[in-house]
Amino acid sequence: MNQNLNPTTDLGLTVKHIYKQFGDVIALDDVTLNVAPGEFFTLLGPSGCGKTTLLRIIAGLELADSGQVFIGGEDITRLPAIKRQVNTVFQSYALFPHLTIYENIAFGLRSRKFPDAEIKKRVNRRLEMLDLSAMAQRHPHQLSGGQKQRVALARALVNEPDVLLLDEPMSALDARLRAQVQEDLRRLQRKLGRTFILVTHDQSEALVCSDRLAVMRQGRVVQCGTPEEVYDNPTDSFVAKFLGAANLIPCTKAPGGVQTAFGFLALDKEPAWQAGTVAIRPEWVGIGDKEPERNGIRARVTEIVYRGTNFDLWLEPGPLRVRTSSYRRIDPGREVWLELAPKELVILEDEAR
Amino acid sequence: MKRADSVITWYGELTTRQQLLKRGALLLTPGMFWLMLFLVLPGLVLVVVSVVTRGAYGQLEWTFTLENYKRLAGYTLFGWTPDYLMILWRSVVVAFFTTLVSVILSYPLCFFIAGRPERSRYMWLTLVIIPFWTNMVIRAYAWFLILSPELPFARLAAMFGFIPDGAPLYPNAFAVYLGMVSMFLPFVTLPLYASVERLDWALVEAAQDLYASRFRTFTQAILPQTMPGLSVGVILTFVPAMGMFVVPDLLGGAKYMLVGNLIQQQFGTSRDWPFGAAISMGLMVLTMIGLQIYRRKGKEIEVI
Repeated sequence: MNQNLNPTTDLGLTVKHIYKQFGDVIALDDVTLNVAPGEFFTLLGPSGCGKTTLLRIIAGLELADSGQVFIGGEDITRLPAIKRQVNTVFQSYALFPHLTIYENIAFGLRSRKFPDAEIKKRVNRRLEMLDLSAMAQRHPHQLSGGQKQRVALARALVNEPDVLLLDEPMSALDARLRAQVQEDLRRLQRKLGRTFILVTHDQSEALVCSDRLAVMRQGRVVQCGTPEEVYDNPTDSFVAKFLGAANLIPCTKAPGGVQTAFGFLALDKEPAWQAGTVAIRPEWVGIGDKEPERNGIRARVTEIVYRGTNFDLWLEPGPLRVRTSSYRRIDPGREVWLELAPKELVILEDEAR
Repeated sequence: MKRADSVITWYGELTTRQQLLKRGALLLTPGMFWLMLFLVLPGLVLVVVSVVTRGAYGQLEWTFTLENYKRLAGYTLFGWTPDYLMILWRSVVVAFFTTLVSVILSYPLCFFIAGRPERSRYMWLTLVIIPFWTNMVIRAYAWFLILSPELPFARLAAMFGFIPDGAPLYPNAFAVYLGMVSMFLPFVTLPLYASVERLDWALVEAAQDLYASRFRTFTQAILPQTMPGLSVGVILTFVPAMGMFVVPDLLGGAKYMLVGNLIQQQFGTSRDWPFGAAISMGLMVLTMIGLQIYRRKGKEIEVI
């Protein structure tokens, strides 16, 4: 029925032309994505961009106004949640408070009337895998946030879903734990080889975890690719700012480069527009005492921010943000040379506003 | 061991343990006094009255006897009869089914109201409460009108042969249940609504995500969450339903006597206070047993 689907993505997840409206608000506007089997895919975007709605449509908790969802090449658009081989880790974890951790994890298997011995085997395996064996007989309210999150993960994974959906699963954890859980989650996904789809507004989470990610904004996918692709070559100023920090420099086209408020900047490739924006990441700006050969800017440090592993400098004219790669402290008021090397400058596709 | 007069903080207030105890005692006194005067003392009087003898003219004679309890258990001059026990048992059954039907009707009603837009919710809740504003006796009489032979309800029942042609749909067990449920429905609906309104729907979605059937979703995701409101409603219904006498008196007739009517009769027309007191004790014990069973059963599913 779907002859135009790519056979490799047939085994993974495909959403096609999904459209969803709540009242007057368009939550999803013609979203099409392919997720390969075994891929860790992230939907990244600010709150209200439609990422959670898309996840809920995949889970079967929401119905798209139009468009289709395929898993393994099979159209599941009209299947209810209980018939989908998809499980979700909810943002609030949604653990059953009256059930023990063991029973919470066994819930899906009991629903499907697995024999007790089989349930015991599977649940114990997940308990061990996620280091929860000691808590099997406790209740959710006796657990810490990190433990609850692992229970929610175990409860979903024990059903061996074709696709695991994670709805901002780390938003309730503190920053330190979150960093560790992100890596754990990544490792777990590699080990299991299952398709994971993560929804988050945390760009570092998306960068750490994903094989590929899609940046969403106002119900649309703005850019889709590997973390490196998207980080190094953001297509527009929204992606550039949302994924990491960026200096956005308004400019007009000039022969061999662009004309900016700081003067002429040479580019490797001429932009397609007449007036627009070029971007450079703070850590890609060169800093030194000597004038560089090309694209040098004489600037004065106005503010420094200590980051532990480096300093962030704010400089005039600009303001420009520069991330030093060393502990070298440059006091405010000093004049330095900045180098905006052509290969580090990214031409953004959106028009100047 | 802490010194009794050492300064402690009490929700931001600096005070001492002694002062707190003094204040607590002061605040408790009126309530305790009230309970002593109107609950504990009458209760003790009831116990005492239940073990004394009725005089020839209905006066109390202060000789100790267990005769009243024996009579309640069915032992009479002419041998054993289960009449009084039947009335007690029937009261338990009526209270149980009144509660059950009220709960079954309340769940959909609460979800319906909770699903309305915020502004009209209060209108719906008011509609549930309005019967409260009317006297119970008047409401019971209203059923006479509704169940009268001229209206289609009685005619329909007559058509199917449940009652003779031209007869009203009362007095009978059906009318008692109608009256009881309509009387007690708000007692279940209001507390249950408070729980339903706060329902965490993520748990329902989690149950659906984990392949739960509709029944399983209800018992595992909805019932435990609504247990607090349901418990209040069940107790508020079961306890007064056990002692209800207005509704069975008017809608049940002599053949459908409940323990409430029996007690009323002993204190009223029969002028047999000791026996009435003994029945009241029996009712209290049965109510306690009923609540205890509910507590046990409820604990299995209650939210910790």
